Amino acid sequence: MSVAKPLPSWNVLTKHDVFPTANHDEVARLNFLTHLNVHLSAQILPGVRLAYEGTVKPEFEKTRGREPESRHEIRKAMLNNGYFQMWSALRRNTMEMRHQATRAQVLRQIESLVEKVEKLNFQADTLELDTSIEVPDNIGSVDIHCQPGCYYEEYFENDVTVAASYDVGLFATTAGLLGALSDGGGQAIGKWLSESHSDFKPKRILDIGCTIGHNAVPLAQAFPDAEVIAIDVARPSLRYAHARAKALGVNNIKFVQANAEDLPQYDDQSFDLVTTSMFLHETSHSSMPRILKTINRVLKPGGLMLHLEQPQYEGMDLYQQFIRDWDSFYNNEPYWGPMHELDLKAMFDKCGFNGEDMFDVGLISLVDEKIFGKREKGDEGEDFGRAPVWNAYGLWKK
Amino acid sequence: MTDTLDINKLDLAGTKAKGKRPYFLESKQTEQVMSIVMSLAMELSVTRERLASVECLLEDRGLLDREQLNSYQPDKSEAERRSADTQEFLARILRIMQQDKEEMQRNDPTMEEVQEKLTKS
Repeated sequence: MSVAKPLPSWNVLTKHDVFPTANHDEVARLNFLTHLNVHLSAQILPGVRLAYEGTVKPEFEKTRGREPESRHEIRKAMLNNGYFQMWSALRRNTMEMRHQATRAQVLRQIESLVEKVEKLNFQADTLELDTSIEVPDNIGSVDIHCQPGCYYEEYFENDVTVAASYDVGLFATTAGLLGALSDGGGQAIGKWLSESHSDFKPKRILDIGCTIGHNAVPLAQAFPDAEVIAIDVARPSLRYAHARAKALGVNNIKFVQANAEDLPQYDDQSFDLVTTSMFLHETSHSSMPRILKTINRVLKPGGLMLHLEQPQYEGMDLYQQFIRDWDSFYNNEPYWGPMHELDLKAMFDKCGFNGEDMFDVGLISLVDEKIFGKREKGDEGEDFGRAPVWNAYGLWKK
Repeated sequence: MTDTLDINKLDLAGTKAKGKRPYFLESKQTEQVMSIVMSLAMELSVTRERLASVECLLEDRGLLDREQLNSYQPDKSEAERRSADTQEFLARILRIMQQDKEEMQRNDPTMEEVQEKLTKS
């Protein structure tokens, strides 16, 4: 048996002041889940493709006299395949185990956690909660990625359970690729802007769907003179995000409870940069255009709209589409599939932008040495296989 | 002071995400057993880590030599005790297979059959 490459331990994560503590067994549990996730994707998932190509696809062709024509045809055929059933059942269950583990960890210390959050948030003018903001259907219909309570449920007054649990658990699903503060996405945006658009100095930044602020914080750090407005509809997430940013010594972010479909509090052309991170796939056919129209309204000419998102399905082989679409149906991400088959240029056109201005770019974030150690001597060139590449698209408003 | 008296933390930790849960295996119960087995696998992994930590701590204090632990050979009586333990462990976890075998050997009646017999006047 070859020696497996060791995976990073959850313990290497940066423990900011509102990060839930973990005892010995809680760390071991998160490490087990990290290993299980990597095992499922590296060792078991390739077998799903073998099952498709070796059994399911030939059977489909035999009975139908043609190849599958859509990801949905593949999915329906694969649902009868034993290997796919086992992989799916394991993957779904692993997600549920993650949530149970992190919620148990957070709930046992929730009283002290809430106290710490309240202390950091006390009388802050950089946290604006608005009880009139309702949870929209696109996140209220099912609990996104099987996270009980989603981003917004409150079990008691001033609760932050769902947010703290999200902060703790991200690592187990991503095996450290997001970095020690799970902020790789925001870091990648900052790095790309400083390297490729060094003359762009946004003074006002809007981050939409910020959840726990893990991508707003690195943006605020990349542009310390800028005012960052980070919005979300989810109260517990905003409370936690604000305290988390303070704990990290970041003071130029205002966290605001708001729905990006309508932001009457912000003037036309009042932001230089508008970002979202892994957000659009959690919207809907009705909310996404409204949000994009709002972005168009508040963005200054010469300003940048940038979305970190998974790649669109177009041009991707059908098996890839099918396997990426798993989350749509089985990980409570119902808008994932419909969003990834949109014609984005047409969508941007419809919302007042010029779709022809749209660009696609792969943003490379730094490998977090805190998690993966220093690069070995003589290891020149790019960090293939270690540096995560973030798919991003957007446009400069003319 | 945060008021959390009204919440049941044990229930809340394991609460279900909103949205109907898909089942993939032919039998829902089989998938539920898989879920239980995977949780047990996690707890076993946690226990192994805990034991490894105990070994580290003992070694740091000079109370354990891990080389010695790895090459430890139980004497005859200890080996016999362990064999008995292992047999008991296996019998315990594989009880359902033992009972299925006994039933095949005995051809047990169903409760309905016995009920019918017992209520014959």
